[in-house]
Amino acid sequence: MSEYTVLYDAPGPRARRRSRIGGAIATVVVVAAVGVAVKRLADQGQLDLELWRPVFDPGHEFFADDWRQLAGGLLNTVKAAALAITFSLVLGAVLGVARLMLGRMTRLPLAAVMELLRGLPVVISIYFASRVLPELGADLSFMPGGSGLWYLVIGLTAYNMVIIAEILRAGVLSLPSGQREAALAIGLTPVATMRMILLPQAVRTMLPALISQIVVILKDTSLAAVLGLYEEFLRRANLLSQYFDNPIQMLSLVAAVFILLNYLLSRVARWLEHRLSRSQRSAVTPGEAEGMDATRGLTNTGV
Amino acid sequence: MGAVTENLDLFWNGFLRSLGLCLWGMVGALALGTVLAAFRVSPVAPLRFLGTAWVTLVRNCPLTVVLFFFAFGFPEIGVNGSYYAFGLGALIIYTSAFVCEALRSGINAVPAGQAEAARAIGLPFTKTLTQVVLPQAFRTSIPPVGSVIIAMFKNSAVVGAFGVGRDLFSVGESLTSAQGYAALPVLTGVAIGYLLITLPAGGLLALLERKVAIVR
Repeated sequence: MSEYTVLYDAPGPRARRRSRIGGAIATVVVVAAVGVAVKRLADQGQLDLELWRPVFDPGHEFFADDWRQLAGGLLNTVKAAALAITFSLVLGAVLGVARLMLGRMTRLPLAAVMELLRGLPVVISIYFASRVLPELGADLSFMPGGSGLWYLVIGLTAYNMVIIAEILRAGVLSLPSGQREAALAIGLTPVATMRMILLPQAVRTMLPALISQIVVILKDTSLAAVLGLYEEFLRRANLLSQYFDNPIQMLSLVAAVFILLNYLLSRVARWLEHRLSRSQRSAVTPGEAEGMDATRGLTNTGV
Repeated sequence: MGAVTENLDLFWNGFLRSLGLCLWGMVGALALGTVLAAFRVSPVAPLRFLGTAWVTLVRNCPLTVVLFFFAFGFPEIGVNGSYYAFGLGALIIYTSAFVCEALRSGINAVPAGQAEAARAIGLPFTKTLTQVVLPQAFRTSIPPVGSVIIAMFKNSAVVGAFGVGRDLFSVGESLTSAQGYAALPVLTGVAIGYLLITLPAGGLLALLERKVAIVR
């Protein structure tokens, strides 16, 4: 154990022996569990190469087709995610700034709408967009990419712009008040203060939170598969798996791709966090307690 | 709003079923998440590895993929069950990783001086843990764990959309698709149903935070 933990002392010889024995038992149990799972898979013929071949054997007759389908699906996922992320960031910034700058009374309805959107499951927002918009006569099929894409983007944006607005608002609130006062004192207008002084700093401190929300948006594009709305990665893979009758293998592939993508993104987030906390130490320390307060209770858990 | 008032009993039953999914999911995710958190901070290296691997894999995988694994993968290896059981299982597995991380952050937030002081006044290991470290860790964990659980309540709608049957989402789907009601009022009803779960949960969490949480 290299890192210090508050839970137990640095182990002595007896504790080390005990933990080695415990470790051996745990390893045996875990290996046994994995063994049972593998045996189960093998018994049901799930490890047969035949089931993996459609996507892993270049000699398979549908290999090229499959990958064209999957790559197209992944591209669709990225397209939807990129659109939703862009709209969420732009609208989120507008909403966050509006909530900060409006007067007490005018702010109220905005805050109420934001709370409602935040309390709504994102899958319901998407479903709502896909069902209610056509009924209201908003025909999106002329849009590039088809209507399914845009219902997905609208639903994702409706939810995530509010989360991003809240993140940015918390970031602005966490700044030392001297920043705003100094900007106003040198004659900047309130809007210019926000745009040139407060927002850039808020984005900087909140970058890790923003990136973890971007991971959430990327993951949530796969909700379209549940609603059967849009041909993204998971839906394409699911359709292929119905054709080849190999859901476990296809889904493993999808899971691996998502895990890899998101893992890389969260590594970037951690690296940024590390970098920013190091370079900003002197600037952040006084306002840190405040900053903790402002972000507390914020629903940015990356779920 | 005629569509909602006419079918109020349907909505009510759907609401109860969705609420049940949320509550069972919460119990399961908290239990499994606590076990995982214990693994991740344990002195036994293989358990730590297992916990870390679980969290990294599950947290980066969309809930929908976990759900599809349960619903389409399990029947392939001869495990059969209702969509409700599969949905609940997927929800618990997915959320447990986030609960684990939230609890762990609480443990990490306890200053080392607390344990050192406990040892200095002569408390044995078990008492240091149960009377000094863990009570503080749990209380610090309340805001993040609460946020995770509320997010899980929202995610239960994904399970509903997948086809649990008779829950709020299914009620909305059957009224609009099969019975031809207009979507706006029906889906507004569905949305209100979910808001009736998430908004009070948020209020409850805020109350709990004020009562017991420690601000560091």
